[in-house]
Parts: sequence; structure tokens; C-alpha cells
Amino acid sequence: MSREDEIRAELFEHTLNGHAPEVKALTEEALSLGMDPMDILFKALIPSLEEVGRRFEKGDFFVPEMLIAARAMQGALVILRPLIAETGAKPVGRYVIGTVKGDIHDIGKNLCVIMLEGAGFEVYDLGVNTPPEKFVEAVEKHQPDIVGFSAFLTTTMPMFKANIDALTKAGLRDKVHIAVGGAPVTQEYAKHVGADSYAPDASMATRMAKELVGDRSNQSTGAQALEQAVMKIDETLRKG
Amino acid sequence: METRLSSRGREVVISGDRPFVIIGERINPTGRKVLAAEMKDGVMDRVRSDAQAQAAAGAHMLDVNAGIPAVDEPALLVAAIQAVMDMTDLPICIDSSIIEALEAGLSAYQGKALVNSVTAEEERMERILPLVKKHGAAVIGMANDETGISMVPSERLALARRIIERAADHGIRQEDVIIDPIAMTVAADPTCGVITLETMRLIRDELGNNMTCGASNVSFGLPDRATVNAAFLPLAMHAGLTCAITNPLEPQVSRAVLAGDLLLGHDEYAMRWISRFRAEKAAGRAQ
Repeated sequence: MSREDEIRAELFEHTLNGHAPEVKALTEEALSLGMDPMDILFKALIPSLEEVGRRFEKGDFFVPEMLIAARAMQGALVILRPLIAETGAKPVGRYVIGTVKGDIHDIGKNLCVIMLEGAGFEVYDLGVNTPPEKFVEAVEKHQPDIVGFSAFLTTTMPMFKANIDALTKAGLRDKVHIAVGGAPVTQEYAKHVGADSYAPDASMATRMAKELVGDRSNQSTGAQALEQAVMKIDETLRKG
Repeated sequence: METRLSSRGREVVISGDRPFVIIGERINPTGRKVLAAEMKDGVMDRVRSDAQAQAAAGAHMLDVNAGIPAVDEPALLVAAIQAVMDMTDLPICIDSSIIEALEAGLSAYQGKALVNSVTAEEERMERILPLVKKHGAAVIGMANDETGISMVPSERLALARRIIERAADHGIRQEDVIIDPIAMTVAADPTCGVITLETMRLIRDELGNNMTCGASNVSFGLPDRATVNAAFLPLAMHAGLTCAITNPLEPQVSRAVLAGDLLLGHDEYAMRWISRFRAEKAAGRAQ
């Protein structure tokens, strides 16, 4: 095994276990050996965080483990991001996300941000208590592939509709995919307010986002994959 | 300070000088798909059985929440409250973030209810506190405002004080405001636990109000939540928590509360502790 291969394997393992200092050191070593930042990102870090997501979905990993893994990865991203930007490489996709107006809950939303960044998205996090006009402004400015609304309360969920209406009014509705989520949110409710997709947790939200941006190159299979993911969620919900 | 809540046939007194009060959390469709589906169809069987089970497990009050997306929440909350009143005489904590639902619930309830909840947000205080006063209820005041939840205990104390003062402006007595110092999961931030405990100590020493919290929040995202919840409660009781919205169906949780009462001198001659042991022994469940 070459040192490059070893580094990829070690990066995968240390990211999975949330060892931030090791991940940072390995990233620096990889760069000093002349490894391509995109190689480090796509062949070690992203697969590792995907594994974290899989384990979380299965119930083998817990929230703190997901957080430290993501933190370890972010340490590497801080080093890699400017290098990748220099090469003119495009991010996987752009994602605008925020907790809706009147709602200050952000654990789930923050997990989404971390997972999405981990998956290679450029994420614009608007924080909590985000009014519709802020979403409109951000969609206009950043032209994301996806905008995500998070709500934790039944009282603040109606803001999904208000946000969608505001986007429609600004003529942006058809230019962006709208995803929603949060503890009380259901697939049925997402449909009811006219959102394009719903995900029950951060890991699934990231998986669906990736499938969606893959969609641009191959419209029909991407759409099918998304539909399958939604069906899978429905199934899980019925069992719950 | 004593907060008195009642149903038609029973009074519950919450006080730092008395045994801890458990407010059963189970009647809440958030995260409970089957319960949500039934409630949505107007079927209250599970609400009734949850009420009975929690009462049998030692709950002193029951929280009732009907927060299901895209339903007529005021009507559903009233139906759930009726179902609970038919089943037990435990006083009810009326739980909704929708003001119309709180109002409908208060109108339907017979007794002195606990309203869950108001925050220090201007608009919510001005809409909810008059309702609390009108119905002679008590209210939970959550120590956050428009800007979110502060991670500085003294700031949460200031918000608690603001709610108590505003309640007084509306003619609500200090003892009828139970402060929620806000418990958050230690899974997201390991300092959450100590911040909450420190806030409790400050509120107890500076204001003296009764305090409650969503005690099960502390363990969100972790395995074996019951053990974490059970460890948290006695710590919180010692810091000034006098009641909690939690799950009495977890044997560890209800045992921890009883043991906490015993250790803090609220179970004379350990009579409640011994009774519990005997009852469990009789049922073949003693450890």
C-alpha cells in the first residue's frame, strides 16, 4: 500500500471516530505529498462521513458521534476549501437552509448543515428565526439548488407555506427545490404546503440532496431515486 | 412557595418543601406516529390508556398535547382533555404552542389547570397571560425570548424575572408562575446540563418560584436515555426543580424521583419508598 492509500484509509478511520487533530495532521501530510485536495475530499473524507450517516440511520451511531465526526471533517475542510476554490472546482451543489420565523430550535438544522457540508455542498446557513424575506433574499443571491426550511413546532410549521408563497411572489419558486423537515413535520404535511421533499433526519436530508443534484445530469434516474427515497421514508413512518 | 393545581376531585400542591411532582409527558403526538394517527381520526383510546397507565405509574399530573400538523388543534386538544378527565382525576397541564388551543383547552377544563407555556416573548406574554388570568390558571414561563435560548444562566434568570413581573401586571400571583429554566440535550453540547442546573440554583435563590422542565430533553440523541434522565432528576431536584414533565412509565425515572425525595428529606420514615418497594414486590418486579 502506498503512503497515499494509507493516508486515505487513516483519514477515513479518524474522521469516522471524530479524531480532529489526526484528521488535520493527515490532511496536511497528504497535501505535502502533493495529493489532490479533491482526492482527499472525495476518496476519504466524504465516504467516511457517509459511513457516519449510515451508522446513524441504523441506530449504531448517536448524535455526539455524528457531531465529533463532522467537526473533525470541518477541520480538514478549512484547509482544503481555499485550495479547491483555487482550482475552480464546483461544489456538489448549493444549499440555503434555516429555521423558520418564530422558531429557535436548531439542533436538527445544524446537523443538516454539518452533513451537507460534509457531502461537499456549499451551505448558506441563515440561522434561527428566519423570516420569509431572508429566505427570498438568500435564494436570489446564492441561487442554490435546494432551500431547506426547518420547524420544530406545530405553530411555526405554517411558515413553510409563507416561505413558499414569498418565493412564488418573488418569481423564484420554480428555480429552486424546496425541502422541509423538523420533529412534527410529516411527508403528508410537506406535500400539503407544496414543498418538493421531506426528510425525517439530517442523514436522509443529505442523501436526498445528493440524489437531487445528481438529477441534473440524468433527469429521469435521479427523479426515480428521489421517489424511492421518499417511498422508503413513508414506509418507515408507517411502521413507526 | 406553593403552586396549587386542581381537577374536579383532586388538588396537587407543588412546593420545594414537598415531594416532587411528576407531570406525565406521554400524551403528546410529537414523535409518536401511531398516537398521532389515532388522535387525528378522533380516536382517543390510546390517550385514555396512556392517562391510566401514567396515573398507575405514579404521575401526579398529566400533560396533554395535541400538536399534530394541519388539524383543528383547538378541537382536538379539547377532545383529548375530555378523554383524560373521563379517565383520571389528575390535574392537567394544557400544552400547546397555539394560543387558540390553549384558550379552548382552558374553557373545557374543570379545575385549575397549568398552561404550558408562555415565554418572555412580548407578543406571547401579552396574549397568553390574560388567558391564564381569565381562567384562574397557573402558567409555565420558559426562560427564553425572541432571540433564542441564552447559554448564560443569569440571562435566563432575567427572563424568568421578566415573565413573573409581567404576570403580576396581569394580576397573576407569583406562585402561579412555574419557571422552566430549559433543559437541552447534552448530546449536542456537554455544557447544557450544568448550565441548566446553575440556572435552577439562581432562580431558586433569587426568585423562589417553583420550577419545571422537559426533563427527558437532556438525553435526546443518546442511547439508554432512561438512565441519563433518572440521573438528571435528583441533581435537578437538589438545584431547585420542584416538578418535571417526564415519563413515569420508565421505572428508572420514577424510582429516581422517589429516591431523590427520600434523600432530600421529603419522604418521612421512607414510607413512600418502602410502599413502592412492597407494591413492586407484590407485582413480582422488585429489584
